[in-house]
Amino acid sequence: MAKPRAYVMVSVDADTVVIGAREVKTRLAAEIGTCGLGEEIRVLETGSFGPSDAGIVAAVMPEGLVYGNLTPERIPQLVEEHFVKGRPVSAWLLAGEHILPDPETTDSRGQQYFGRIVLDNCGRIDPDSIEEYIANDGYFALGKALTEMTPEAVVEEVKDSGLRGRGGAGFPTGLKWSFCASEKADMKYVICNADEGEPGTFKDRLIMEGDPHKVIEGMALCGYALGATQGYVYIRGEYKLSIERIRNAIEAARENGLLGKDIMGSGFDFDIAVKIGAGAYVCGEETALIESMEGKRGLPRVKPPFPAKAGFRGKPTNVNNVETLANIPFIIRNGAAQFHGIGDPGTPGTKVYTVLGHINRAGLIEVPTSVTLRDVLEDYAGGMRSGSFKMAQLGGTAGDLLDASMLDVPLNYDSLAKNGHSLGSGAILFMNETIKVCDFLHACMKFFAHESCGNCNPCRNGMAALLELTARLKKGEGYPGDIALMEELVMGMQSIAFCPLGQSPAAPVLSAVRYFRDELHAGINVDAVRPRPEHTMRHLMKLAS
Amino acid sequence: MANTCKCEGNCSSVVYQELDAFMADCPKGRDKLIPVLQKAQELFGYLPVEVQEYVAKALELPVSEVYGVVTFYHYFTMEPRGRHTINVCLGTACYVRGAKKIVDALSENLNIKMGGTTEDRRFSLTTQRCFGACGLAPVIMINDDVHGRVTPKKIAGILAQYE
Repeated sequence: MAKPRAYVMVSVDADTVVIGAREVKTRLAAEIGTCGLGEEIRVLETGSFGPSDAGIVAAVMPEGLVYGNLTPERIPQLVEEHFVKGRPVSAWLLAGEHILPDPETTDSRGQQYFGRIVLDNCGRIDPDSIEEYIANDGYFALGKALTEMTPEAVVEEVKDSGLRGRGGAGFPTGLKWSFCASEKADMKYVICNADEGEPGTFKDRLIMEGDPHKVIEGMALCGYALGATQGYVYIRGEYKLSIERIRNAIEAARENGLLGKDIMGSGFDFDIAVKIGAGAYVCGEETALIESMEGKRGLPRVKPPFPAKAGFRGKPTNVNNVETLANIPFIIRNGAAQFHGIGDPGTPGTKVYTVLGHINRAGLIEVPTSVTLRDVLEDYAGGMRSGSFKMAQLGGTAGDLLDASMLDVPLNYDSLAKNGHSLGSGAILFMNETIKVCDFLHACMKFFAHESCGNCNPCRNGMAALLELTARLKKGEGYPGDIALMEELVMGMQSIAFCPLGQSPAAPVLSAVRYFRDELHAGINVDAVRPRPEHTMRHLMKLAS
Repeated sequence: MANTCKCEGNCSSVVYQELDAFMADCPKGRDKLIPVLQKAQELFGYLPVEVQEYVAKALELPVSEVYGVVTFYHYFTMEPRGRHTINVCLGTACYVRGAKKIVDALSENLNIKMGGTTEDRRFSLTTQRCFGACGLAPVIMINDDVHGRVTPKKIAGILAQYE
């Protein structure tokens, strides 16, 4: 068969499947076949290119032209014009030059964007093909580690890289690994936390859908470094396509001797199984996730002992986020020094975000940790779609609300911590002036009140009280002193709630008070008098009489 | 106990057999409780107390623990649902793009409250945390179909697709 002159890559992810991406792909292949070009042009399936508001997207390679909003009806004209007559249909091309990874692209300030680490294959390879992953340096890192490195050296390499957990807390990954590596046990477990539940965050889903083998390889490397022989991927039940692609990837890796017994003849055994979640936000917390894996209610455990000592089935266990694990192959393949050279020196590497809200280009991006909120808004998100920038929430519902004064702070753990903020899980929601802070806070509190697992009093009752407080402010019926009360409440919850869920409302509430105090004040009715709590006994007696 | 039924295969005995087969395939240990319940809900549509008791007995667990797990996770339900389940995403991205209006339009159109089921068992209306399809916000999911960029005007047309 002749070597194809062009490839058409149709982006098939969970968003596009439901609007008919597979039909478009089938139609495209059929139409190209009808024109007698089947030998020259191949149609392939790939993961997300990034944009998530451009409908069904397909890229023509090697030109790198990206079409958006494709429908089966548009296909005949597209094939006729582009492939038969050689004239790209400019009306359907997507604007935005950074859609396909291009290391040469520079931003508006002339800084060079570094190539992608986590998403380098997303939108470029067929996620269901292990051959394509291997052809793009896949499993090279695993081979290198198994043949040239001791497990201790792998842990050291990850420590030196400065990689920090990408799930939200930002704990140094190498350090976490070293805790588990130093435990002596007959069985250890590696868990990939893919219970991505933070509203607005779906980066892990697109990583798994676009490049599942990278996650598998990261887990195998982690297993080797820690002396673990069994891995689990805990995936949200709603992520059907992720489950399918991760399962396919595990299967293909097994068939190729990259999982299972005696991997690459090194004597290292490692296998991976998939666990499917049943829907509980709190299960993103690592000990709750372990409880859920054991078939129990997903209630967080008392720490210590930490999972590194006694985790799944009481054995040493290491839990990492999908994105964290997807960084590992790059670090082992290229060395800690190269990774450390990318982004901000304090928290090196890149970060994957989903950018959403009132912006022109919503979708998935990967940027070095030195990039600011303004860069993301202007260079990647294409500016505000309507209105002007009012605020952004960084990192999902449990994230901080930032106003325009924070636009120039680099998005990484250290720089944000200096300003009293945290990076969160990888979602950035941009909002214009149509969103009222009181309404927004109330919506956040509704979510928390619904997800509170009920295990501890500060969270269970605290969330209910916050819901009531924000509802009053939203209606303009707040009592004088409500803002101070709200601050006191979230700070109390932050210090005594059992798990991070109860500590979460502090971020949006305290940052809203910091930046939008005036607007919150407008929700207070200065003449209102706070009712005295009913004295229960007297109240009951009155009712009885 | 389930196999004594004398009906023509129309009642749940066949379903119980399928559940038995699934449980026999599962690796042993209490870890399998959640996968078994997921399968059971898939087969029965919901998890009435009898099914929970059946699972508890088969896995040698106290019924109270099975009940505890069923009531903890959003995926499980003890009430029969309509033929089609409408899930409205109330994540922040959908909220910002007007999910509240969608909820109101749906309740009005179906004449049921959030969490309710229509009298003819055609639709159940529930909300969910983020689906992770925020690019299409506001999003509703009917059974396994995701409908993105929903507006109150589009609601009637979307509902008409489901009988």
